[in-house]
Amino acid sequence: MAITQTPAALPLTSAGFEAFLATRSEPAWVTDQRRSALAVWEEKLETPLDPEEWKRVELRTFRPEQFSLQPAPSDSVSFETLLEDRAEFGGHVRHLNGVCRRAELSEELAGQGVLFGDLATMLEEHGDLLRPHLMTRAVRPDTDRFSAWHAAFWTGGTVLYVPLNVEVKAPLHSLIGLAGAGAADLSHTLVILEEGASATLLEETVSADQQSAGLHVGSVELLLAKGSSLRYVQLQNWNSKTWHLAHQCGRVDADASLQWTVGGLGSKTAHIHQDVALDGRGASAQVNGVTFATERQLISFYTQQTHNSPDTTSDLLYKQVLRDRSRVVWRGMIRVEPDAQQIDGYQRCDALLMSNHCRNDAIPGLEIEADDVRCTHAATAGRVDEEQIFYCMSRGMNRYEAMHMIVEGFFQTVFDRIPVKAVRETLSRAVERKLRLGDDD
Amino acid sequence: MSSSVLKIDNLHVSVEGTPILKGVNLEIRSGEVHALMGPNGSGKSTLAYALAGHPRYEITDGNIEIDGAGLLELDPCERARLGLFLAFQYPVTIPGVKVADFLRHAISNVRNPERREGEELVPMREFRKELRSRMQELDMDAEFARRYLNEGFSGGEKKRMEILQLAMLAPKFAVLDETDSGLDSDAVRVVSEGLAKLSGPGMGVLIITHHERLLEYNIPQFTHVMLAGRIVETGDAALAHELHSNGYAGVRERHPDAAAEETEALAGQS
Repeated sequence: MAITQTPAALPLTSAGFEAFLATRSEPAWVTDQRRSALAVWEEKLETPLDPEEWKRVELRTFRPEQFSLQPAPSDSVSFETLLEDRAEFGGHVRHLNGVCRRAELSEELAGQGVLFGDLATMLEEHGDLLRPHLMTRAVRPDTDRFSAWHAAFWTGGTVLYVPLNVEVKAPLHSLIGLAGAGAADLSHTLVILEEGASATLLEETVSADQQSAGLHVGSVELLLAKGSSLRYVQLQNWNSKTWHLAHQCGRVDADASLQWTVGGLGSKTAHIHQDVALDGRGASAQVNGVTFATERQLISFYTQQTHNSPDTTSDLLYKQVLRDRSRVVWRGMIRVEPDAQQIDGYQRCDALLMSNHCRNDAIPGLEIEADDVRCTHAATAGRVDEEQIFYCMSRGMNRYEAMHMIVEGFFQTVFDRIPVKAVRETLSRAVERKLRLGDDD
Repeated sequence: MSSSVLKIDNLHVSVEGTPILKGVNLEIRSGEVHALMGPNGSGKSTLAYALAGHPRYEITDGNIEIDGAGLLELDPCERARLGLFLAFQYPVTIPGVKVADFLRHAISNVRNPERREGEELVPMREFRKELRSRMQELDMDAEFARRYLNEGFSGGEKKRMEILQLAMLAPKFAVLDETDSGLDSDAVRVVSEGLAKLSGPGMGVLIITHHERLLEYNIPQFTHVMLAGRIVETGDAALAHELHSNGYAGVRERHPDAAAEETEALAGQS
């Protein structure tokens, strides 16, 4: 395996770019892509971020110069992983500070032509296969300053390629870890499903300790060809000192179906730009969100469901629990192109507020240019109902257990949509853990 | 089976500063069935909520004890663990929480009062078996256990759910707050029969009702009449029958002071 080891801390700046390139051994077209992304980034730094997307995201305390690409403090960093130890996986990829440390795939799947590994290695071995897909169709470098920054400096990331009509039954696991103060991860997840293929990929992001400030400037591209089917889960579970800035996009071709679940649990500040594009007739996407913000976390989602073709379906359900002084933002848009008739677009965001000091903003929106469509949206926010607590307590549960039960129940409607047991159990355990954190008020 | 006593002594309760109960005295022993009747607004449900420890009901004077242990300093879950159960007039919906999970947590706490959250629950196999047989006794479909607690339940299903909880928790004292209200006669029968099967020498029962049907199946040894926040009369089953036939006019006549207070309180509300 070609591990591209970063020898020492490298700054993520124009000045550091050549030194960064010197650490890479990759095809020339990749280097060219990086160079042009760097130019875009330099240009984007001079222009303000789109206020519609960023005005609710507090970036004033963000100091990009505090973060660098750095080697892991040791080879044997251990993570409190939510998923990795489970037995049922068909393969594992693990990244530490942007560098792949483990890539395994069952022989059976490898024999069927499935590729599962890290981006740096895959580009060396299968560059021609990946080239048409990498940052060309889904998350483009020129989207904004963060996508450009990512495109210039990405270090690794998980690649899954499933050939024509291959069904990958066992879920695959990807862990993205950060260790050490000021360490940056710019990993890029790329999933390519050929026609009729299917797979499940569970990805988690996790910090080695609770104190080190980290940075993730990530990108996720999910590319589904005709009739394919993907379940993708990303559990964002960084420590509460880490910045999480991500561009994520799924493109769904005709009759393909994408089920995409995002868990927003960790980070100091997170902003996820999540796009789903329904490109081919009969495409469908289900987007699930489970967010649990505590203390002073800010977790922001900017979602877009774009219907480019007729007879497409999108269904977004976000469930958000807030406590302490946390803040959660969801701004969701359903966009329907003129030719996309007979589509069904749905978005709903429910927030449960557990304190008087948290704040929730939910801003649904519709942009419809076709005239024969069904689009529905809803957003609710409410406090934990004291009558529910009293009812549980009158049955012997203490206040805390009652609260726990009510919060789990609140998430249950999302859990019910996720058929993967490992994910349901993991989310439920993560919720339990979050319930124990933070101050009561 | 050891005999227990629930003792309510000179209980005064206010809601948002307004006195509702003005000195209630009542003693219930294991095996006894008590009926509590009275016109709307006389304080029956207030008594039920105050017993269960609802934070909105402020106890300003008096005492509640089970076997000599005071309840006033205990929160609702501690009272439940001591063996007190309230069947709600308006059962609460808890979205996303399955009946079976809810009940498993509930009985784990009530049967092991020292239990803290996260500690062991009653074993799944035993629990399922027990739940299944209790549900059969109450003519409930097994599918009920997998539904979310009271979500989308009809009025009758909600009340039956309360009785199922009563059956599973097997309390020392059960307070039923208008469990028969808002139900059609079939549902009242099911609930009444269910309660009759459950009550026995080990349980003291306080039935708050406007109707007689529940009492036909569960004949009270004592009937109490509440008026303007006090129990003004106590009799036997015949009194319940009389009140049902003739209403509360006679009671008001016999207790003009309380009747005047009732009128005053009603005037204050409007």
